[in-house]
Amino acid sequence: MSDMVCENCGSTDAVVHLTQIVNNEMSTHHLCEKCAAEKGLEAAPDVTNLPLIDVIAQMAQESSDELGSASEECSFCGLTFGVFRETGRLGCPHCYETFSDHLPRLLRRIHGSTKHVGKVYLPPDPTASEMEKRLDGLRRKLERAVQSEDFERAAEIRDQIRSLEPA
Amino acid sequence: MNDFDAIPDHGLGWLEASGEHADIVLSTRVRIARNLQGHAFGPRARVNDREAVLRQFRRSMERSEALRGGTLLEMPDVADRTRRILHERRLVTRDLLGEEGAEPASGTAVHFSRNDPVSVMVNEEDHLRVQSLLSGLRVQEAWHIVDRLDEELGRELPFAYHQEFGFLTSCPTNVGSGLRASVFMHLPGLVLTKEISKALRGLGELGLTFRGLYGEGSEVVGNFFQVSNQTTLGRTEEDLIDHLDTVVRKVIHDEMQARQVLLRDARGVTEDKIWRAYGLLRYARSLSFEELMNLLSGVRLGVSLKLLPGLRVYTLNKMMIFTQPAHLEQAAGRDLPQAEGDAHRASFVRRILATEGDVSADERGSNGDDAHAQP
Repeated sequence: MSDMVCENCGSTDAVVHLTQIVNNEMSTHHLCEKCAAEKGLEAAPDVTNLPLIDVIAQMAQESSDELGSASEECSFCGLTFGVFRETGRLGCPHCYETFSDHLPRLLRRIHGSTKHVGKVYLPPDPTASEMEKRLDGLRRKLERAVQSEDFERAAEIRDQIRSLEPA
Repeated sequence: MNDFDAIPDHGLGWLEASGEHADIVLSTRVRIARNLQGHAFGPRARVNDREAVLRQFRRSMERSEALRGGTLLEMPDVADRTRRILHERRLVTRDLLGEEGAEPASGTAVHFSRNDPVSVMVNEEDHLRVQSLLSGLRVQEAWHIVDRLDEELGRELPFAYHQEFGFLTSCPTNVGSGLRASVFMHLPGLVLTKEISKALRGLGELGLTFRGLYGEGSEVVGNFFQVSNQTTLGRTEEDLIDHLDTVVRKVIHDEMQARQVLLRDARGVTEDKIWRAYGLLRYARSLSFEELMNLLSGVRLGVSLKLLPGLRVYTLNKMMIFTQPAHLEQAAGRDLPQAEGDAHRASFVRRILATEGDVSADERGSNGDDAHAQP
């Protein structure tokens, strides 16, 4: 890929090329993946069928920084970012904190998204907002079950909601 | 003791050919990946991590209504051949068993529930893999079974969960929902009409992916494809499940159309292919597993098109599972070198077709009309 300069930060790895038509005027913008993401322009979620380590290698090739420094290390399990790049496997839950600067780019490439919107797990001692999120999730599920006329499941979910709601 | 007696239906319920479109869809599988806080993930877990995870799981077995009364098999305690049979019945992954020839790692285990068709692998790549395997196309049902057990486990166990990334997994390709739903389909019509590459490309564009018989990295044999969701993050579980269900129904529709095209434009050739496959299975003295799978593909097409009356899909499903190496060795009561295995396979197939595969009604049947036959 030719070295195209990102018009936002000046780095030489503009990979998102946006053509806009505003008031009948066409303009083209070139951005690096990071700046594009910050502007909310996700590169099309072309989720590849490639094995993860190939995706990581591909990303390293496309951009000058290789996702993260190889020697960066998780303080809990000792996994280095270099080993992650080779194996494609993280070492422990804490790795997601340790490498949280680099993972969103990778996750966007793999999933077309960086944010979990599914089931909300309720830890043993939940905060009010965790509880609210969890209830929202269950209500969404309930609505769906009712829509599809799965009343047995709806009753099950209703019980779950009741058990969580303050009396 | 026979470990399989303790597993509901001996772990074979998914072969029964019940469920929607059971002639085209062999099985539906839904699994979720969960990890426990405070321990390294599978590939980096030490012995004490794995044993602690198993201990916590055991404790939850006593408290959870869904797990109580089930069966826990610890892999190091299970005989080698039994482990391979579990794998051939698709109840455990190759990954759980460790390197071929080596003993499984301590702490690796699989739990089968007493009532629901759901199992939990412990200390696989992720600490827990909850899976439900059902016969036919039953994506929603499999998801509901898994979801119910996940709710119970989540009340007992401290899952590794992140506000932003969701359920944390060893491999970032599973993070978020941790959900992988797959449908195991037989698509000879699309293959024979050369529409298959278009169909598979279409799957990719829709965020789905396909694999062979044993999952990731395995080859496509006998026109069987495993279609599953590619992404796990950024969509709700229900969306992922509904999307897979919708797309798979479209593929089934295309497959049925392709079969009609075959019958319309190449009936003679198609019927000949089906009957030759049946004849070889009925009389062959040696069959490799791959050859068997390819012949079964022809016969399965014949059964589905009602060209082989008297033969049931259930019989064909059994033939796929009981003719794998460890199953043949179990029946023979000893190890079998490959050539012997091929002979045992052929003999098993002949016997089962003799008792369950009488298709002799054919000669008086609708196939007497040769008007469409091609030279």
